[in-house]
Amino acid sequence: MTTTSIAVPDEPRIQTLLGLADDALILGHRLSEWTGHAPTLEEELALANIALDLIGQARMLYQATGLDEDALAYLRDPPQFRNMPIAELPNGDFAFTMVRLFLVSVAADRFWRNAVASEDPTIAAIAAKAEKETAYHVRHAAAWVIRLGDGTPESHRRAQTALNALWPYTGGFADRAGWLQAVAPVLSEATLVQPADGWMQPSGRDGRHTEHLGHLLAEMQILPRTHPGATW
Amino acid sequence: MNTPLWEVFIRARNGLAHRHVGSVHAADPTMALQAARDVYTRRGEGLSVWVVPSNAIVASDPADRDMLFEPTGSKIYRHPTFYEIPEDVGHM
Repeated sequence: MTTTSIAVPDEPRIQTLLGLADDALILGHRLSEWTGHAPTLEEELALANIALDLIGQARMLYQATGLDEDALAYLRDPPQFRNMPIAELPNGDFAFTMVRLFLVSVAADRFWRNAVASEDPTIAAIAAKAEKETAYHVRHAAAWVIRLGDGTPESHRRAQTALNALWPYTGGFADRAGWLQAVAPVLSEATLVQPADGWMQPSGRDGRHTEHLGHLLAEMQILPRTHPGATW
Repeated sequence: MNTPLWEVFIRARNGLAHRHVGSVHAADPTMALQAARDVYTRRGEGLSVWVVPSNAIVASDPADRDMLFEPTGSKIYRHPTFYEIPEDVGHM
């Protein structure tokens, strides 16, 4: 590592934007890992499309901070990331990927639809674009959750296992009661059992993460860290 | 894997007809429509998508090609080339 990490101003607006941006960037990176590995060509493109939507949202949010978007993505260390840990968990199997995408997208969809009316004109403008993208992410992920949950015994087992493993990572979602109301009908149609709320993982907004984020960033950041200023 | 095949039709703009663009594999109509959207509209190609089960399409037999289509070749009077289109009509 020849490049030192940047320092980020501890201003509330910047930290809030970073939380949203990092959620999108890190989940987008995870989804992009399916490229070349997805079960079908159709699903490979679907996942890549969603990954690109999310990375596009992250870029707009990074730019809204007024800081260098590349430096924010490539030159911060794990404790400087503000994403929710649910975004950084490894993809697991296809059921884990889809259940995670569903849970996160429902939360994001609710956030963006409110943010369209934000008093911050920059946030409102980003929301106008993001809410359409995220609405489709919810539709696509929900369709898969229903088909996996209400599919074969094997797909049901995998979807339920994923849901159980992911549930403790949903404690930090904003307006969680509203979020629960939004996910419940899909889980029910999928014949999945909604796990009981127990101990919840921290939100990640304070920079505390799982061990997986460091590995993800090592891969994502190695090129700009090793070759500063590299261009195509 | 025995996933059904679907033919994909996309309408690019209002006033145009849906055009066949290709096919996708999907287990049911909902997923076929999403797959069509994800595979064939990534660069702003469409405003509307149709998917049709491939086995619902009835196709002409290539062996019948001459019988079906050859006779039309000598009927040039069917082409609208024997009158002038007024300029006001524009693109037809």
